[in-house]
Amino acid sequence: MTETLTPAPAPATRPARLSRLADDDLALLLLIRHFERELLRLYGAGELNGTTHTCLGQEHVPVALRPLLGPGDFVFSNHRGHGHYLARFGDAHGLLAEIMGREGAVCAGVGGSQHLHRDRYLSTGVQGESLPVAAGVALHLRRTEPGALACVYIGDGTWGEGAVYEALNLAALWDLPLLVVVENNGIAQSTPTGAQLAGTVAGRAAAFGIGHHLVASADVNEIRPALEPLVARVRRGRPMVVEFRVHRLGPHSKGDDTRPPEAVRAAREHDWYARYAHDHPDHFQPLDARARALVEDVVAEVSARPPSRWSPCA
Amino acid sequence: MVAVRVAENLNAALHGLLDDDPTAYVLGEDVLDPYGGAFKITKGLSTRFPDRVITTPISEGALTGVAAGLALTGNTAVAEIMFGDFAALAFDQLCNFAAKSVSMYGSRLPLRMVVRCPTGGGRGYGPTHSQSLQKHFVGMPGLALYEMSPFHDNREVLAAMVDRGEPCLFFEDKILYTRPTGLSDPLFRVRRDGDLAVVDPDVPELAARPDCVIVAPGGTAHRALGAMRSLLLEEEVSCRLLVPSRLYPLDVEALLPYLGGVVLVAEEGTAGGTWGSEVAHLVHQRVWDRLRGPVRLVCSRASVIPTAAHLEREVLIDESAIHRAVREALRG
Repeated sequence: MTETLTPAPAPATRPARLSRLADDDLALLLLIRHFERELLRLYGAGELNGTTHTCLGQEHVPVALRPLLGPGDFVFSNHRGHGHYLARFGDAHGLLAEIMGREGAVCAGVGGSQHLHRDRYLSTGVQGESLPVAAGVALHLRRTEPGALACVYIGDGTWGEGAVYEALNLAALWDLPLLVVVENNGIAQSTPTGAQLAGTVAGRAAAFGIGHHLVASADVNEIRPALEPLVARVRRGRPMVVEFRVHRLGPHSKGDDTRPPEAVRAAREHDWYARYAHDHPDHFQPLDARARALVEDVVAEVSARPPSRWSPCA
Repeated sequence: MVAVRVAENLNAALHGLLDDDPTAYVLGEDVLDPYGGAFKITKGLSTRFPDRVITTPISEGALTGVAAGLALTGNTAVAEIMFGDFAALAFDQLCNFAAKSVSMYGSRLPLRMVVRCPTGGGRGYGPTHSQSLQKHFVGMPGLALYEMSPFHDNREVLAAMVDRGEPCLFFEDKILYTRPTGLSDPLFRVRRDGDLAVVDPDVPELAARPDCVIVAPGGTAHRALGAMRSLLLEEEVSCRLLVPSRLYPLDVEALLPYLGGVVLVAEEGTAGGTWGSEVAHLVHQRVWDRLRGPVRLVCSRASVIPTAAHLEREVLIDESAIHRAVREALRG
């Protein structure tokens, strides 16, 4: 018999008060937030080609992890990766240029929103595909740069892909320094997690003897110290799945949100942005204004650049 | 003196690669000693290089991804897919990751990565263990296809694939493993022109003006040679055989000086969307006016590959099919 476990519903009560963040953490959260909002605006205005997937509501995940990952670590990101990139490099100009196909683009405008490569950061748009690659990278790191790790961001929907399980098996068998960060936003494109994931992420990790840690908080100050020893263990060759319960505020890509209004409302109630503005208005307001202005400047500057150049067969 | 068999040559090539390149890894299912791989191609490797020869679970997608990860971090990775048919399980890693990564990040990202695919039928392994899947990988930017041949030293071919800096599939016709390297038929002689092996009748007058030129990948070469022998002895028809090591992208310019008015491509893949049709198109584009007729294609029938020997023979290309096709082409 197969037992289907429904993931625990989000608490009905209003989330707890957020603690006061360090300036750089708040500034980074706000940079990502305003960057993503600006992208949706630019798409709406017909300024951008193709599609994008914003991480609105999930910004705290890479911000919490930022100081726990060093330049020697590899980061594998996915389709919803702007926050991951900005948390690693802070490079809003290069990212926007990539998305807009302008000069100075990280990947000359070839990869676009979901195919980025810079130093030890790589994203790709096929679900689950990067996990086996990250296992290979982790194998290399374990042998040649002990202490470094490979971190892979995936979503709840990614657990439908067989590649995930093949890679988890290898990670456990080979003691790989592989950190799998799951951004479980409760919805895979338009399909609620309850309709696409039997059992739990924790149960699936347990099946491989891989540790699992659940993060329900959006408070960076709470999340980070709890993760610190776990990440240190990963560096010693104990792979780990860290699952963040997050709330996707925006659509899957753009204008494709078919969730009932109450689901969107519930997501908004958990949004760190409004909560932090409420809990710490004096800290929030000046930094929010600064991030908004910064992103507006980035948009103005990058929009004025000439198109990126690239040769197809070089 | 007994000629070295192709499997021994390939095994020695892998030993050589691991010897010469301290970043080289070999990984795949059941590749460790004492088993040494399903076709014994990796024999001895894990004993000599225990840290760099890695056995994997039955996970073709993951092991190909691991190879890509090793290549991404500056290593040379050789992955073995036990039966080339299972490369289908690694299609995403090959097509959407490895082949794309070489160029989709705006600047070239070299990957030294070879995926070995024991290929082809004739051994009674049945429909899912006998295919020649080359055609499914033709035309993928960033992915090069090579085929093992008795006329190409595998150490050289491995070096060429590694030096290419992009993922390569290496198709190894299983029938070749137990065959001798080089050419043992005294009626013909073989010479190399770069990547291309050129086999002509040993008689200079015949070699100078072949009636028909056959293009074949390494795994079909011995069948083409068998047809060439019977055509020469029974019908006084002289043929030239061209065997490129790299199937895709094909260096068609290298073929042109060796072509005549009648050209035929022979391969084991099943009919429809074949490598040969790609070759024919490239040849037509360049020398259409020199040809007596369109390039002829000889391949296996558009069918699954049966297990029973008598049925398998009905489907797979053999030397008599090539013989017949040459006669038909010459009759015009």
